[in-house]
Amino acid sequence: MEIFSQLFNALPGSISQGLIWGIMAIGVYLTYRILDIPDLTVDGSFATGGAVAVVLILNGCNLWLAMLLAFIAGLLAGAITGLLHTLMGIPPILAGILTQLALYSINLKIMGKANQSVNVNQTDLLVSLRWVKEFALHNPLITVGIVLAILIGLLYWFFGTEMGCAIRATGANLNMSRAQGINTNFNKVLGIMLSNGLVAFSGAFLAQYQGFADVKMGQGAIVIGLAAVIIGEALFGKIFKNFALRLLSVALGSIIYYIVVQAVITMGLDANLLKLLSATIVAIFLAIPYWKRQYAQNHIKKGGKVNA
Amino acid sequence: MLDIINVEKTFNPGTINEKKALNGINLHLDEGDFVTVIGGNGAGKSTMLNMIAGVYPVDCGSIVVDGVDVTRLPEYKRAKYLGRVFQDPMTGTAADMQIEENLALAARRGKKRSLRIGITAKERKEYKELLKILDLGLENRLTAKVGLLSGGQRQALTLLMATLKKPKLLLLDEHTAALDPKTAKKVLDITEEIVARDNLITVMITHNMADAIRVGNRLIMMHEGRIVVDVKGEEKKKLTIEQLLQMFEESSGSQFTSDKVMLSK
Repeated sequence: MEIFSQLFNALPGSISQGLIWGIMAIGVYLTYRILDIPDLTVDGSFATGGAVAVVLILNGCNLWLAMLLAFIAGLLAGAITGLLHTLMGIPPILAGILTQLALYSINLKIMGKANQSVNVNQTDLLVSLRWVKEFALHNPLITVGIVLAILIGLLYWFFGTEMGCAIRATGANLNMSRAQGINTNFNKVLGIMLSNGLVAFSGAFLAQYQGFADVKMGQGAIVIGLAAVIIGEALFGKIFKNFALRLLSVALGSIIYYIVVQAVITMGLDANLLKLLSATIVAIFLAIPYWKRQYAQNHIKKGGKVNA
Repeated sequence: MLDIINVEKTFNPGTINEKKALNGINLHLDEGDFVTVIGGNGAGKSTMLNMIAGVYPVDCGSIVVDGVDVTRLPEYKRAKYLGRVFQDPMTGTAADMQIEENLALAARRGKKRSLRIGITAKERKEYKELLKILDLGLENRLTAKVGLLSGGQRQALTLLMATLKKPKLLLLDEHTAALDPKTAKKVLDITEEIVARDNLITVMITHNMADAIRVGNRLIMMHEGRIVVDVKGEEKKKLTIEQLLQMFEESSGSQFTSDKVMLSK
C-alpha cells in the first residue's frame, strides 16, 4: 500500500513532466509520422531550447519572450538539418546526427558551461517542480496544460491550411507532391524546423521546471518522444482519428510514459537502468508492425480455389 | 503547344550500365493533339515523358511547353503546366490523405500555397459534382482515405486531379497497364471523355496496339531512343496492327519485340 501512496504523491510531478515532454513528443510526431523522416536533431535542439531560455531569463528577459526565442532557436537548428538533407543530399538520419553533435558545442557556448541553474527563489519562472502540488494558477499542470492545448489548436489550424496540407502531402507521397507542384524540399525543411521549434520550446519549459539547463538534458530525447508517439497510437489510435485528437494522444502517451517510469522506479528499479528499459520498450513497439507482417506471410491460409 | 527539340539522355554515362535512353528526339504537338506512344521495353517512352515532366534533367536539347522553355525548371515548377498520371496507381495519389484533400492539393497546382484554409466548403461541392462524372461511387466518400480505394478508382482520381486545373499538357504513362481489362477500359473511356471535354494536348503511352490506333489523332512508335514511326490524321484512322508492325520493321530495320505489346494486341 505504501507504494501506492508514494506513487499517488508523485503523480502530479509525473503528469507535469509528461505534459512538458508531450510538447516535445508532438515535435517528434511531426517529423516521424507526418514527414516520414526520423529526425535525431531533437536530442540537441531540446537542450538548445533549455539553454537559450535559462540564459535569457538569467539576464532578465521577459519569460514568454524567452520561450519564443527558444522556439526560434529550435527553428534554426531544424533549418540546419533540413538544409543538410535537401541542399547537400545527406540522408536525414545522418543530417540530424551531425546537427545534434554540432549543437552540443553551441549549447556549451550559449551557457558558457555544461550546466546552468536558475533558482526559482531568486528568479521569476513560468513553471517549477516546487509548485506541482499547489492549488494555484502557476501550478505547472495548469500552465503547461493550457499552453499544450493552445499549441494543439494552432497545429490543427496550420495543418489544415494550404501550406500545412503541402507538408502533409510531402510526407505522404513525394512523387505525387512534385507532380502537383509542391516544392518538396522546401516543405521538408519547413516541417523539420517546426518540429525542432516545438522540441526547443519544450526544453525551455523543462529547464525552468527542473531549475537548470544541462548540455546533456536532451540525451535520448528522441527515444522518449518515440515512446510517447507509440504509446499514444497503441492506446488511442483506434478511437482518435481527428488530427487534433491524434496530437492529444501523443501528449497523453507522454504522460503515461512518465507515470509508468515513476511506477517502476517506485517499485525499486535501479534508476540507472531506465534508459535501457525505455530503449527496449520502443524497440519492441517498433518491431510489432513488422512482426505482424512477417507472421501473416508465414501463415498464409491453406485452401482457397486452385485456378480461381 | 509542345516542342521537344533534339533531346538526348544517357543514363549512367561512362559506366558498364551506360544506357542511351533518348537519341535525339524531336516532336511538335499542336492544340488539340492527342498522341499515343508505343514501343518495346527500353525504347525510351517513359524517359521521354519523364524528361517533359522534369523528373531528370536532359543531357542536351530543349523542351518548350506553350511557348515557355521549361528545360531548366525543376519538376515542381513544371507541374504548373502539366497534368500527369502514372503507371503505378500508388504514385499519383496520397494514400494517407482523404479523397477531397487529394483533390484540393491538385486544385492548387501552380499556385502559391498560403495560410488560407486547405479546402473550402465551396470546393467540396464542386468535387462532389466532378466525382459523379467518374461514376465510381466516390462522390459519397469525399472524406475516405485514398488508401482504401481500388487501383482503378485511384487512377480515375489521379486523372481527375491531373485535369482539375486545366493543364497545358496531359501526360499519361501507361496509366491503364496495372488495371484489369474491364477497369482499364473504364479508365480509358473517362480519359477520352475528359480530353475531349477540355480539348487537352495529350501524350499517352500504351502497350495496347488496338488502343493506340483507336484513340487520339496521332500515333508515334519509338525504338532505341528514337521516334521511328509517326502517323497522323486519316492515315492513322485506317491503320491496322499488321501495317503498323510492317512500318516499324521498315523504319527500324528490326522485328518488333515486346511480349507485353504483342500479347495485348
